[in-house]
Amino acid sequence: MNIKKILPQILTLLVVILVFGFFSYNAQINMENRGITFGYGFLSQESSFDVQFSLIEYDGSHSYFRAYLVGLLNTILVSVIGIIFATIIGVVVGIARLSNNYLINRTASIYVEFFRNIPLLLQIFFWYFAALRALPLPQDTEPMFGVFFLTIKGFFVPAFVWNNLDIFIYSIIAAIISIIFVRIYARKKQENEGIQTPVLSISIGLLLILPILSFLFGGVDASVEIPVIKQLSQSGFTFEGGIKLPPELISLALALSLYTATFIAECVRAGVQGVSKGQKEAAASIGLTPNQVLKLVVMPQALRIIIPPTTNQYLNLTKNSSLAAAIAYPDLVLVFAGTALMQTGRAIEIVSITMLTYLSLSISISIFMNWYNKKIAIKEK
Amino acid sequence: MFKYLKQLTSLVAMVAVLFTFTTETMAAKKSKTLKNTQKKGFVRCGVSQGLPGFSNADAAGNWTGVDVDVCRAVAAAVLGDANKVKFTPLSAKERFTALTSNEIDILSRNTTWTLSRDADIGLTFVGVNFYDGQGFMVRKNSGISSVNDFKAGVSACTNLGTTTELNMRDFFNSKGIQYEPVTFEKADEVVAAYDAGRCDTYTTDKSGLAAQRIKLSNPDDHMVLPETISKEPLGPVVRQGDSVWEDIVRWSLNTMIEAEEYGVTSANADSMKTSDNPAVKRLVGAEGELGAALGLDNEWSLRIIKQVGNYGESYKRNIADTGILPDRGPNELWTKGGILYVPPAR
Repeated sequence: MNIKKILPQILTLLVVILVFGFFSYNAQINMENRGITFGYGFLSQESSFDVQFSLIEYDGSHSYFRAYLVGLLNTILVSVIGIIFATIIGVVVGIARLSNNYLINRTASIYVEFFRNIPLLLQIFFWYFAALRALPLPQDTEPMFGVFFLTIKGFFVPAFVWNNLDIFIYSIIAAIISIIFVRIYARKKQENEGIQTPVLSISIGLLLILPILSFLFGGVDASVEIPVIKQLSQSGFTFEGGIKLPPELISLALALSLYTATFIAECVRAGVQGVSKGQKEAAASIGLTPNQVLKLVVMPQALRIIIPPTTNQYLNLTKNSSLAAAIAYPDLVLVFAGTALMQTGRAIEIVSITMLTYLSLSISISIFMNWYNKKIAIKEK
Repeated sequence: MFKYLKQLTSLVAMVAVLFTFTTETMAAKKSKTLKNTQKKGFVRCGVSQGLPGFSNADAAGNWTGVDVDVCRAVAAAVLGDANKVKFTPLSAKERFTALTSNEIDILSRNTTWTLSRDADIGLTFVGVNFYDGQGFMVRKNSGISSVNDFKAGVSACTNLGTTTELNMRDFFNSKGIQYEPVTFEKADEVVAAYDAGRCDTYTTDKSGLAAQRIKLSNPDDHMVLPETISKEPLGPVVRQGDSVWEDIVRWSLNTMIEAEEYGVTSANADSMKTSDNPAVKRLVGAEGELGAALGLDNEWSLRIIKQVGNYGESYKRNIADTGILPDRGPNELWTKGGILYVPPAR
């Protein structure tokens, strides 16, 4: 063993341990002097505060840990919605910026320059208070398709009430498994015989037919619960029944997706422009249709350029969702690092848990995107 | 934007706790806070981000309010000048960490005295400078005239991280009413959202409701319901572990209330030195050695009364004359039917 190689490593390790130890010791002394106790036991105590919007059953009689889960799920919910819409808008706008049509091209550029240059918090306030100004009171609202009600108190949509929901879910799982088999079969057939199978149409067909069969023969039954207006006072109304999406969620998701989409659009543009022109011309020269050129030649290569910076945007969106507290969307920061922190006064414990949670969320997204990136990378044979 | 980055103040405070290296010991006989304050030349005071009547800054940055006057009284007692105060506006969420991590020395920010806050998180409440209670504001045209008129599904806007959230739950649960809490980080957003119609009611301390009502687009369309659903004794807070400083803040507040009781005002304080009443003479420093017990000179209380005024003057100037709560209610002296009653200064 070479001592010259090991010594610096041991020294680094010692410094890290010393610095970390000094901070924890110092924090301990300071907390002791100020009569602050440390511990995670409070997580099992009754939280005794309510939250306006939750994906799991929760009220103040549940524990602080449950409140943490409520906040975490709400953060994940708005991030997932934001990521989906940001990706769709980003891809469309990114391709539009490459369009030869002057109007489409300019519109896309203006959108990108406008939305990415205004601070996100301002945009969140803008969409929230713009929504509150623009949306009608529950009693003045016009139903959309007779069952959707968009009001200042939220977007009320019908809920499905299921019988034998499990059989319905099995039918979808069965459909997905058969689609995987069809794809494997189609690939083999193409490799062996050079014949392409219309995988997409078959997949859609399977996804439709199997669940329909479950309705006809599996005893699955769904009825729709439509929101009904309810009077609270002489001038106050709300809706009952169905599902309520609070305006805070809608405006936060809107602001996050419109903001992040501008960056994704630029990633997409860079990715497509990064594929050399010769590739397209070569593909066209061997008789591929323009659609096939895009799908089989350009996109697979562009994606390799698009994915890594887009991953950053997904991470940013997730972290930016913590601005939710400004407009009362009960995310992790508002519920846990906000109300729970205030009620318990356990700043160090709660902030450390919150930081670890965001770290884990970001790392999970990174790991998934890295896996996807590897999967679509060119495989050298 | 930066105001909102303060959501991460807890983090900053945590880092502050990690980094401050203090030699302070509980057994220290001298008050470290007092010594530091005298060295710095100003009192570090944590106040609200703007609550008319309690702590509010005008366009020129001059702070006024009954909470502000507590800090001014301490500055007058300790430094001889009521203007030697540095005010730090804090959100409900930041306030306790700012105090425990040594950013401020007095927290005078309409803070409710509760057992868990007093005992658990390194704080000590020194008294009550305003007896408040939680109430509800509704639109007049809703026809709601009492809290008993609320129906299931009602949405209530309020502030994040206050006792309000807990009281609201206790109240609606006891009535068996399912409700929707909409909690914002800052009071301005609560007012804006309630004003726009997002919520059927706005709930917070009644003094706060009275003060915020002025900010609504049509204040006359709204009213505060008569019921009070909680006890909210608001008062100044200091760090646990500096009992001399604690005593100074407590008796600065008590002096203002006792001065009103004995009719000593900023105008007549000097002439009261020759009063026949020994209690009055003690109050203006003409008899006894009360200041020495606090580590101060003997005219500390006289300066408070002369520079800040007694409690009644402060209330009139900040809360009554501004039209927020002209009626003193429980915040009247015990001799006049209220519950303001402080231990004697002797």
